[in-house]
Amino acid sequence: MATDYLYEPERYELREEPRYHFHFDRRDFFRLMGLGMVVVGVVSGQESGGGGRRGGGARQRPQEIGPWLHIGEDGKVTAFTGKAEVGQNTRTALTQGVAEELRVPADWVRFVMADTARTPYDAGTFGSRSMPDMLPQVRKAAAAARELLIGRAASFLSVDRAQLKVVDGKVLDAASGKSVAYGELVKGQKLFETASIGSAPLTPPAEWKVLGTVVPKVDGRAFVTGKHQYTTDIKLPGMLYGAVVRPPSFGATLASVGSTSEPGVTVVREKDFLGIAAPDRATAQRVAAGVKAQWTTTPQPSDTELFAILKNTAKARTESTKGSIEEGLAAADKKLSTTYTLAYIAHAPLEPRAAVAKWDDGKLTAWVGTQRPFGVQAELANAFGIPESQVHVVVPDTGSGYGGKHTGEVAIEAARLAKQAGKPVKVVWTREEEFSWAYARPAGVIEVTSGVKDGKLVAWDFHNYNSGGSGLGPLYDVPHQRVHFHPSESPLRQGSYRGLAATANHFAREVHMDEIAHEIRKDPLEFRLANLKDDRLKAVFQRAADAFGWGSRSAGAGRGFGFGGGFEKGGYVATFAEVTADKDLKRVKVERVLTAFECGAVVNPDCLRNQIEGGVIQGLGGALFEQMQFADGKLLNGRFSRYRVPRFMDMPVIETVLVDRKDLPSAGAGETPIVGVAPAISNAIFAAVGVRLRAMPLLGSPQRA
Amino acid sequence: MPDRVQRLNVNGKDLQVDAARNERLLWVLRDHLGLTGSKYGCGEGQCGACTVLVDNVAVRSCITLAESVVGKKIVTIEGLAQNGSLHPVQKAFLDAEAFQCGYCTSGMVMASAGLLRKNPQPSETQIKQALNGNMCRCGTYPRIVAAVRMAAGAKTEAPSGN
Repeated sequence: MATDYLYEPERYELREEPRYHFHFDRRDFFRLMGLGMVVVGVVSGQESGGGGRRGGGARQRPQEIGPWLHIGEDGKVTAFTGKAEVGQNTRTALTQGVAEELRVPADWVRFVMADTARTPYDAGTFGSRSMPDMLPQVRKAAAAARELLIGRAASFLSVDRAQLKVVDGKVLDAASGKSVAYGELVKGQKLFETASIGSAPLTPPAEWKVLGTVVPKVDGRAFVTGKHQYTTDIKLPGMLYGAVVRPPSFGATLASVGSTSEPGVTVVREKDFLGIAAPDRATAQRVAAGVKAQWTTTPQPSDTELFAILKNTAKARTESTKGSIEEGLAAADKKLSTTYTLAYIAHAPLEPRAAVAKWDDGKLTAWVGTQRPFGVQAELANAFGIPESQVHVVVPDTGSGYGGKHTGEVAIEAARLAKQAGKPVKVVWTREEEFSWAYARPAGVIEVTSGVKDGKLVAWDFHNYNSGGSGLGPLYDVPHQRVHFHPSESPLRQGSYRGLAATANHFAREVHMDEIAHEIRKDPLEFRLANLKDDRLKAVFQRAADAFGWGSRSAGAGRGFGFGGGFEKGGYVATFAEVTADKDLKRVKVERVLTAFECGAVVNPDCLRNQIEGGVIQGLGGALFEQMQFADGKLLNGRFSRYRVPRFMDMPVIETVLVDRKDLPSAGAGETPIVGVAPAISNAIFAAVGVRLRAMPLLGSPQRA
Repeated sequence: MPDRVQRLNVNGKDLQVDAARNERLLWVLRDHLGLTGSKYGCGEGQCGACTVLVDNVAVRSCITLAESVVGKKIVTIEGLAQNGSLHPVQKAFLDAEAFQCGYCTSGMVMASAGLLRKNPQPSETQIKQALNGNMCRCGTYPRIVAAVRMAAGAKTEAPSGN
């Protein structure tokens, strides 16, 4: 982007070097939180969640430290995490983890999340890392606190600690029946414990009482009564409303601006940024619409050339090679080469990007809906040339993100306006701004050539152009394989999206598998199982097939069954779909979608189902009809009346089979359940009417001719 | 007729406002009255996040002119619970865990309440049709349908006279 203030996010997967960041002050902490016990955590770089774009020359610094847990004199627990709640119910799941280890009801635990001044550093909420990384961390902190409380109780009750246990927020001596509440044990104290020291045992899944159970969404009542305050709802005293004048097309630069003067209105121009702050929303928008701005535009690509651009600008980058692809193909008795494409799609989170910024004596506070509070803190510090310690970012529980809210441009906009106006400013992007000026889920071209011999895959040549490397591997057991991801010059600004490129790569792979099975007249399930070594993946395929009734009935005319599956980010998924369609695809209805999902030990079965169901529905959009259309640097369908998203009438019957593996660590679930949806539907459409659809969206007009 | 809208009946109260006649109801509620439960999602009546009841009918407040609701009874999500007890639809949304990020929830609840006032026993298809203009990007649709069905059931069990 030529527009300098737009911050290009990490492009594909997110990697981040850890940083050292010691800002914890004991005295301050007890002053703010009250007396009691605090547990601080030491996080190694590997554990901190990975991701972002920080680091560069930074060496591997070992540790990050910050408060994780506070137990107050009333026995109530406050826990701290840099993760953000964007609807995925991380708040609820982490609350369960703390409640479990401290043996308290979930409603005794309150989480402070995503606040750069109050929570330990975290790289961001993405990559399905909250369950595998953050849950063990907060459990360790809680377990450390529990052990410390037992030690204190032993002195308090004058008994051997070995005979003590913790129940319902108390330490109990079963022999005497005497007990002492946590609050009592920390009364008047400034206790300080480090979670990584001492290896307090974590509660094994077989003994879980809070983890693994259905705990309703924390603060659910605030959401059904309209009381929850999103960033968009914040109003500070004296606050102004901001509006940004956008360029007429991508890549345009601001040449000149006519003068505007209106009492109480601030106009800010800095390089290509042009914004307005006014006492009310209507004035801000009216002035923004009336500003005479001259822009210099440059020719920009259109979607008609999209796939050619992605191919022509690609740079070779080998991901992995095994055996010899030539040898494998030479040995094959059947070969197949196919190409798959996918369009750019928009996250379109229902709460648009929004920020409120306020300056006090050179210090900046920004409330912003983002998945990366510390990343946005760094962006703001960088934009204004101030140290990060002068920037405080707070993330209220946010109206979704799906990987779309990693960057902080809206916070920079609000802060620029607030700085010049000398008053707090709120900026809320309009829906049209959301579509045009956020980043897109990457488009891509995927070419697959495979060879089979006697029903076994012998060669697998897989090339992904632009869409990304997640889920790139063949999954299946193939002796000769070559798997490449080729980054390209993307015509649209692009970044993370739920599931990243795994959706694209699973689409290509699982449709291709269906195509081979059809070519060699094999049942697609048998064909997959015959080429698969991974037992966890086999298990979800089998569980889903059984529950779906695969092979047990014939579909009948105009009705088809299909499936796809795979693994990603520690989770294993198989998605089976039933579709009705007519021959010319004028009418296609996804009737039923069944998902079997395994992500280790289930933390909260109802929240997990909610994530899977949501993934299926969101996946339907990208599979069937979502597509950003653009020409010469302008988005053509950037509003909800033109960009089709799944609605109630699109909803299939949704069934979910949870495979709970108590013996395995919990993985995340926000992303992986989406990856099997598109191939399952494409394969089901083929089964229904014999039309093979290799472009996502399946029902979108292919790029306009 | 005055050139500004000066009075609106919201959640059972006559409230003083000072809004342009063509200002959209959503912004009067949010910016003037501080009732931020109704959400902005699109500004063109496509997503339903701004849904409120006007004389018992669910409308999109983002495309409703302030002047058109003068003298009418406006109910927002903040006014749905009565005497601290949740409306059956609100309760059902909680029981069915019919939300994820919650940003669409106010609009979903209001649209559902509007539906049940018109049709206390909607079929599943009628629910989907009535709510088709309300968007949930988190994909919580199956739970919302279940919640509305629960709320409809709860209504029939309520003692008569309610």
